Amino acid sequence: MIGIEHYVIVSSVLFVLGVLGIFLNRKNVIVILMAIELILLAVNLNLVAFSSFLHDLTGQIFAMFVLTVAAGEAAVGLAILVIYFRDRGTIAVDDVNQMKG
Amino acid sequence: MIQVLAFYLFAALTIAAGAFTILSRNPVHSVLWLIVAFFNAAGLMVLCGAEFIAMLLVIVYVGAVAVLFLFVVMMLDIDFATLRAGFIRNMPLGLVLAVVLLAEVLIGLGALGAGGIKLGTPDGSAAPLAGASNIEAIGALLYSKYLFLFEAAGLVLLVAMVGAIVLTHRQRSGVRGQNVAKQNARRPDEATFNASPEVGKGVQL
Repeated sequence: MIGIEHYVIVSSVLFVLGVLGIFLNRKNVIVILMAIELILLAVNLNLVAFSSFLHDLTGQIFAMFVLTVAAGEAAVGLAILVIYFRDRGTIAVDDVNQMKG
Repeated sequence: MIQVLAFYLFAALTIAAGAFTILSRNPVHSVLWLIVAFFNAAGLMVLCGAEFIAMLLVIVYVGAVAVLFLFVVMMLDIDFATLRAGFIRNMPLGLVLAVVLLAEVLIGLGALGAGGIKLGTPDGSAAPLAGASNIEAIGALLYSKYLFLFEAAGLVLLVAMVGAIVLTHRQRSGVRGQNVAKQNARRPDEATFNASPEVGKGVQL
């Protein structure tokens, strides 16, 4: 039978894939944003699995809020990406030094 | 039996799609693999009885976020080959970190299995309603206990929308736009006048 451990393993592998994606595609900010979406998907899967196995709906409510924040983050991130591209003509993020931060 | 089979199918496809998302050469393929990953994760969520979140995932992520990604990838004229430079150079460090992270999570899971970590027990205040479907139970909880958080989530979306529009909006010069204030300030007595011209003279406008 499928237990909570199975879900935790799947979601942790997905989480690690997301982290690895950020490392591998250090220049391509679009793929970095997609890797962040993968990480949030793994977290959501974990929340939903625990919520279902503990018979407590709070996890599913929280997964919904994570979904909301992820949607907002993708929208604002892509908007920043578009204006950055308009300004520089490239999206290579390893030479972002305009703000001297 | 069929549940176990479906779980392994969805889990394998989710992980494979996640791996292809970060490894594809073409970002368009990455977005498409991301959609596959979302669909299979939704399948996993259906399997453990969370239909509402699963459908939300399909509608919000596949229907909105992934399409947004697709638009941006296709709209920007980017040479993706140069962006892949350093892919191999970053590989060893990334792999080491990934393995360490995964090992940590698996050690935690082993501790849970051996009884070293105790999971919290729910107090029953958010237990699913008896005899109600998943969506009914979530709705009953969301519109009572979590009402203000729900409103705050709406506010977050509003701010994100306004932010994205403000960021990407640009004022172009030479565009003949509509001046609403000027139109509203126009009154009949300054726009029209009576004239009684003589026959054959015409009107001076």
